[in-house]
Amino acid sequence: MDRFTWSNGLLEMNETLVIQQRGVKLYDGEDKAKLDVGIALLSTHQLIWRDLKNHECCIAIPLSQIIYFEEQAAGIGKSQDPILLNFLKERLTEELSQKRWESTPMSQPIPTATNSQTGRTRAVGIVGIERKIEERRKETEKNISEVRREIRWRETRAKEMVELSRSIANKIKDKQGDITEDETIRFKSYLLSMGIANPVTRETHGSGTHYHLQLAKQLGDILLAPLEERGGMMALTEVYCLVNRARGMELLSPEDLVNACKMFESLKQPLRLRIFDSGVMVVQLQSHSEEEMISSALDNVTDKGSLTAEEFAKLLGLSVLLSKERLLLAEKMGHLCRDDSVEGLRFYPNLFNSQA
Amino acid sequence: MSFEWPWQYNFPPFFTLQPNVDTRQKQLAAWCSLALSYCRHHKLYTLGIMEVQECPVFNHKNIDRKLSTEAILIVFEELRKKGNLEWLDKNKTQCLVMWRRPEEWGKLIYQWVSRSAMVNSCNTFPPEFHGLEEWMLIRSLQALQTDGKAEVITMDDGKGVKFF
Repeated sequence: MDRFTWSNGLLEMNETLVIQQRGVKLYDGEDKAKLDVGIALLSTHQLIWRDLKNHECCIAIPLSQIIYFEEQAAGIGKSQDPILLNFLKERLTEELSQKRWESTPMSQPIPTATNSQTGRTRAVGIVGIERKIEERRKETEKNISEVRREIRWRETRAKEMVELSRSIANKIKDKQGDITEDETIRFKSYLLSMGIANPVTRETHGSGTHYHLQLAKQLGDILLAPLEERGGMMALTEVYCLVNRARGMELLSPEDLVNACKMFESLKQPLRLRIFDSGVMVVQLQSHSEEEMISSALDNVTDKGSLTAEEFAKLLGLSVLLSKERLLLAEKMGHLCRDDSVEGLRFYPNLFNSQA
Repeated sequence: MSFEWPWQYNFPPFFTLQPNVDTRQKQLAAWCSLALSYCRHHKLYTLGIMEVQECPVFNHKNIDRKLSTEAILIVFEELRKKGNLEWLDKNKTQCLVMWRRPEEWGKLIYQWVSRSAMVNSCNTFPPEFHGLEEWMLIRSLQALQTDGKAEVITMDDGKGVKFF
């Protein structure tokens, strides 16, 4: 009896149940053990007896430790079934001979195995920390993949929206032909103001989009009169304000304005976009003559002896920005020279050139 | 004889370094000429940067304009390139002004020597050599030596020159 050990009665991974037999009594030597009514389980590795009355009472003996067994005449008792007992005996013999426990050793209950009951109680300290880290990592990974999934979903949706707006725009255009190009522009600018990137703009950049071409034509019409009034040149900021004030609702973005202005030349419009050295951008009439502008600037300066940008602006009725650009241009051409002092920046006729 | 200022001196833009390259070239040329003629007039051979800024040449109080230190240095650099100026120190605080270059002096000396030799009389220095500082004289003689027209000889009591 002393070969038996207390056991939880659970089979290990590599262990298989062969047969179980109810109504088995355990005898310790000649004495009947207190283990009276029970069930015997024969597995590939051990012989287990479990008390039916008290399920927690369970003992087992590894088959490897059974040296010898013999059949004893069954005691008188209804609970014994001789046929089954025979069967048990046969199977036990078989297991002992096969020694299956040798080829598939029972896994030692390792403290860190999560399925083992004995293991769990021991996993505190470093081991517990390691496990927590692992759990956290799994959690994070799960979150990341969730986020990735969401991003992909949103991308699909955005693509759908752009497709939708594009198809609508095309439908409108196709159905009603030339007349509604204006409406198309309106629709697209509406989309733009809603924050949806204009699909037409994205398709072609630099070579001119349909939208910008149309816009350029419109601007050509709108700007002619104001340009004449202002001596043939307007700063782009002035143009922007003028145009948007006229449009009212469907405002133009600065980008679109610049892109449209860049197309004046290719459209053979009488306007040009021009960028000065200082970076200032203006729209000027094609007919605008540079030489004329410079020589008139020179005349003005010579007339007054010298001029500052502010004085010149007042004289011509131009913005200070534009009048300064004119003076700078004349200086660049060598017609004027500058006097820079605490009194300010003043332009004189270039006597270094004209006088000996 | 008082110094005659050029027309640029009364032209305010003269005191602003011109951004236009062509205009600047003309401006600097005028400055070099003015600086040299002023030094020649007042027999100035050395200039210090500090006092130069207050010198009437660069500081025209009447029109309330003065040339910036940066611009003065640019003018001096032009003079150096032309051979009319030499810095005495690395920090560029003192310089020699050669309103007549050593070669030019050498030529004058040689001409005078030639004339004197023909006349065969006691030689006094003509007015143009008045105030000629020794270092300038030596350089002029060295220039002549390079040209093969003179030789500087070391004698017991100093240096002498032999003309060819």
